[in-house]
Amino acid sequence: MPNVGRIVAVSGPLVTAAFEQPVVQNEVGYAEVDGLRLKAELIRVRGDTADLQVFEDTTGLFVGGRLEFTGEMLSAELGPGLLGLVVDGLQNPLVELAEASGYFLARGQYLAPIDRERFWAFTPSVEAGASVRAGDALGTVPEGVVEHRIMVPFGWTGWWTVREVAEAGDQRVDDVVATLEDEAGRTRQVTMVQRWPVKVPIQAYRERLRPDRPLVTKIRIVDTLFPVARGGTYCIPGPFGAGKTVLQQLTSRHAEVDVVIVAACGERAGEVVETLREFPEIVDPRTGRSLMERTVIVCNTSSMPVAAREASVYTAVTVAEYYRQMGLHVLLLADSTSRWAQALREVSGRLEEIPGEEAFPAYLESVVAAFYERGGLVSLRDGSTGSVTIGGTVSPAGGNFEEPVTQATLKVVGAFHGLSRARSDARRYPAIDPLESWSHYAGVVDADDIALARTVLQEGNEVAQMMKVVGEEGTGLDDFVSYLKAEYLDGAYLQQDAFDDVDGASSAERQAVVFGEIARVLRAALRLDGKDAARRWFQTLTQATKEWNRAPWGEEAFDAGRDRVRELLEGVRGDA
Amino acid sequence: MHKAYTRLERIAGSVVAVKAPDATYRELAQVSWPGGTSLAQVIRLDGERAFLQVFAGGRGLPTDARVRFLGRPMRVPASDALLGRVFDGAGRPRDRGPEIEEEGVDIAGPSVNPAKRIIPRTMVRTGIPMIDVFNTLVESQKLPIFSVPGEPYHELLARIALQAEVDRIVLGGMGLKHDDYLYFRDTLEEAGALARTVAFIHTAADPTVECLLVPDMVLAVAERFALRGERVLVLLSDMTNFADALKEVAITMEQIPSNRGYPGDLYSQLAARYEKAVDFDDAGSITILAVTTMPGDDVTHPVPDNTGYITEGQFYLRDGRIEPFGSLSRLKQLVNGTTRDDHRALMNTMIQLYAAYRETLEKRAMGFRMSEWDEQLLRYGVGFEERLMDLEVDLPLESALDVGWALLAECFEPEQTGLASALIERHWPAR
Ligand SMILES: Nc1ncnc2c1ncn2[C@@H]1O[C@H](COP(=O)(O)OP(=O)(O)OP(=O)(O)O)[C@@H](O)[C@H]1O
Ligand SMILES: [Mg+2]
Repeated sequence: MPNVGRIVAVSGPLVTAAFEQPVVQNEVGYAEVDGLRLKAELIRVRGDTADLQVFEDTTGLFVGGRLEFTGEMLSAELGPGLLGLVVDGLQNPLVELAEASGYFLARGQYLAPIDRERFWAFTPSVEAGASVRAGDALGTVPEGVVEHRIMVPFGWTGWWTVREVAEAGDQRVDDVVATLEDEAGRTRQVTMVQRWPVKVPIQAYRERLRPDRPLVTKIRIVDTLFPVARGGTYCIPGPFGAGKTVLQQLTSRHAEVDVVIVAACGERAGEVVETLREFPEIVDPRTGRSLMERTVIVCNTSSMPVAAREASVYTAVTVAEYYRQMGLHVLLLADSTSRWAQALREVSGRLEEIPGEEAFPAYLESVVAAFYERGGLVSLRDGSTGSVTIGGTVSPAGGNFEEPVTQATLKVVGAFHGLSRARSDARRYPAIDPLESWSHYAGVVDADDIALARTVLQEGNEVAQMMKVVGEEGTGLDDFVSYLKAEYLDGAYLQQDAFDDVDGASSAERQAVVFGEIARVLRAALRLDGKDAARRWFQTLTQATKEWNRAPWGEEAFDAGRDRVRELLEGVRGDA
Repeated sequence: MHKAYTRLERIAGSVVAVKAPDATYRELAQVSWPGGTSLAQVIRLDGERAFLQVFAGGRGLPTDARVRFLGRPMRVPASDALLGRVFDGAGRPRDRGPEIEEEGVDIAGPSVNPAKRIIPRTMVRTGIPMIDVFNTLVESQKLPIFSVPGEPYHELLARIALQAEVDRIVLGGMGLKHDDYLYFRDTLEEAGALARTVAFIHTAADPTVECLLVPDMVLAVAERFALRGERVLVLLSDMTNFADALKEVAITMEQIPSNRGYPGDLYSQLAARYEKAVDFDDAGSITILAVTTMPGDDVTHPVPDNTGYITEGQFYLRDGRIEPFGSLSRLKQLVNGTTRDDHRALMNTMIQLYAAYRETLEKRAMGFRMSEWDEQLLRYGVGFEERLMDLEVDLPLESALDVGWALLAECFEPEQTGLASALIERHWPAR
């Protein structure tokens, strides 16, 4: 007997239903209209009515309508075949959905994300009689570039004995690959798919470790000055148009990780299209395979139903944790966490909860913190390590970082890449503000050189501020050179041309070499004959260094570029 | 078949409540009373009570007005019969032409499946260097013009509309001044474009909330045309009036405002409209150009701010010119890699130098001595404004790029520009 409630109120994405049998917080329900079943999640119970957020357009719902409770929490399906998929926030595969219902996202259409008919080459990794626990591998299948572990479902508690395990051979995801028996002698069958409630972290690991290795993004200002760590968290707040999405797109391409999950949350559909159309064509230099094979796109773009934005970030992080359990390094990029926060605000408003700052709900901070806590580096029970790195963009109202979502995020992340309007207006890309941003993680270049770079940027900025008051004529040559050094570091190194094939992605080795040369310039005492001459010389040096940045690594032009920079420096060194 | 009710339990602003147990969410109703008639839409159901937003507003509404539910959401006719016609904010003819009797299409329909979209590839040429060179407009882009009232934004809209090679123009007016509407009509007519245009015009004289339906009707019609394979240009003015109408309704419904009285879902509401811009996999496209006036010339005001987060860039109109800063076309990189080899580099370099020129202006205003470099920048800045920024300038992209090189060569030495030497060899004009 299904547990059926009756709708008593409808307000936007929120429906209220009266129920008789027990219901469960966060369980999924289906509101019925015109023969369709609209998926919803129970988010509050008061007396004998339950409030549910509907993940679809609620047009046509009516008081007295049926609402069926399922008893199951909102869950993701996990198994081989997720890589390369483009799914919505509820994990419906969009390409298949387009085949089924055409141009538009018809509501009430739900398809399983994982292909049921496809065969996977299963190799067992345990034998009958072995003792296993949730998360332990029973076998593997090759999934593109990844060795996909088929694991004991994460929700199975206690120890299990393997009674039977399939031999090496082709299996479909619903085929039984193992039979396990628990301590009480009950047996259960394991297939290659499992379901997991998206709002609950997967914790089938030995322990959490401190993120200590850099995650190379190939973006110089990030890797050199404000590094991200494998298993770390970071955020990119910035006003509209400052370059958050471009940064994430570049990172999703070039980052040195095994799997990338792109969570497009409440942003433009066009941006997702760029990724989903281009990635299959781009070869990943690390694997020689298409980038799409290491990517999962979870998208709930801005015109898709608001309530499903929340589902999309949780679905994304659950898939990330799942691949982490295989000993892989996973990067989750969420653009934009503010849209998810706004969805919380919208639903909270409809629930008539007491609002906090800017009408965001009072629990915003704890929700944001809990989300970023799902990032981390872990050691698994077989000794391997895996990680989930989370990078989220934030879209503060009016570009002002003193707002609740930015502030809540800054409290919990390990690195902050703040984008500045002044820099993006001046086309100084990436527009990460080198004075405001910070990172708690270790980077890829020499630490002394980094300290030097920071000092140079600080001093340059001080001189620039001073020049606004006293003018260039009131500034001494030494100060003026400090200013030019900071401008040089910015123009020739921190700025990077995203659209140049070579300059667009700078490897860690390359950064170490180039930054080493730049540090020599920053350290050197220079013999320059007056301010105009100093400016000229730095313009020429900047030009030469930019040229060097466009020379491919390992080619003659690269060496020539370095020689040219050295030659320029030798020409004016005062301390030689 | 559908029931009618004749007792309004509550009237507040443009929202009324009526006891109607069989109403469905977002359903349309016809409200009539001796003084008038209006469409209304269910915006909330609570027990037996339905809350409706009356598009003509609540003024003069009696408690015994008759509310007849229509059992369907709002529809709009969308055939070729619309071409050359003008309708009002409720979809009634505004031009003395006949009613269009058609089944029509639902407005505010579902989103396009991202998998059915393609990456836009076609540049829209406007002959305006600030657009073509620096902020290239691309077919299927959604782009607002940010401006204070009084700027020539309608002239700019009309100029782009007539220059662009599109099959259909759908014009939506929200709180439009009647004169502005006549301006559009006359301009389109003179250019012979009226016959491929449909207009939905809500004027400043009409009830405020009646403009809420305009974008949805316009976009539903545009979507129909685009699905037939046509390239459609949608013009909307002024989206700030639309947002203000949303605010009015939200306040009447006692929703907790998020920012300066605007509802927390302003972003989603605007996005639902702008995201209708599309380049279909195997059909036509919709390009949206909208006017967003900025109260107090403040881009951080919630309307331009939320808009900027949704659209694919913006043209920032100030002092009769498109500002290089603040203006942005996010789709430019999809097309400017294949226009001419120097396009991208020149675009960035010229803007960086213009930014430096602005700093020099500040220094000069402070009375500081101008260095050699400052003098170069001053020459450059003036030339840039006269030869490229002025909206009078009408040049094809390639000529505008040539003007750019000539200007650089007049003011700078090649290495001062930071441009790649390969480009300089190819394009730097010989003295
Ligand atoms: N690194 C870069 N190199 C060159 N151009 C860039 C770079 N970053 C951003 N841009 C330019 O700025 C535009 C806007 O960038 P982007 O879409 O990433 O902004 P955003 O911060 O995500 O804005 P929103 O919050 O509105 O989504 C891009 O379309 C591009 O034209
Ligand atoms: Mg973005």
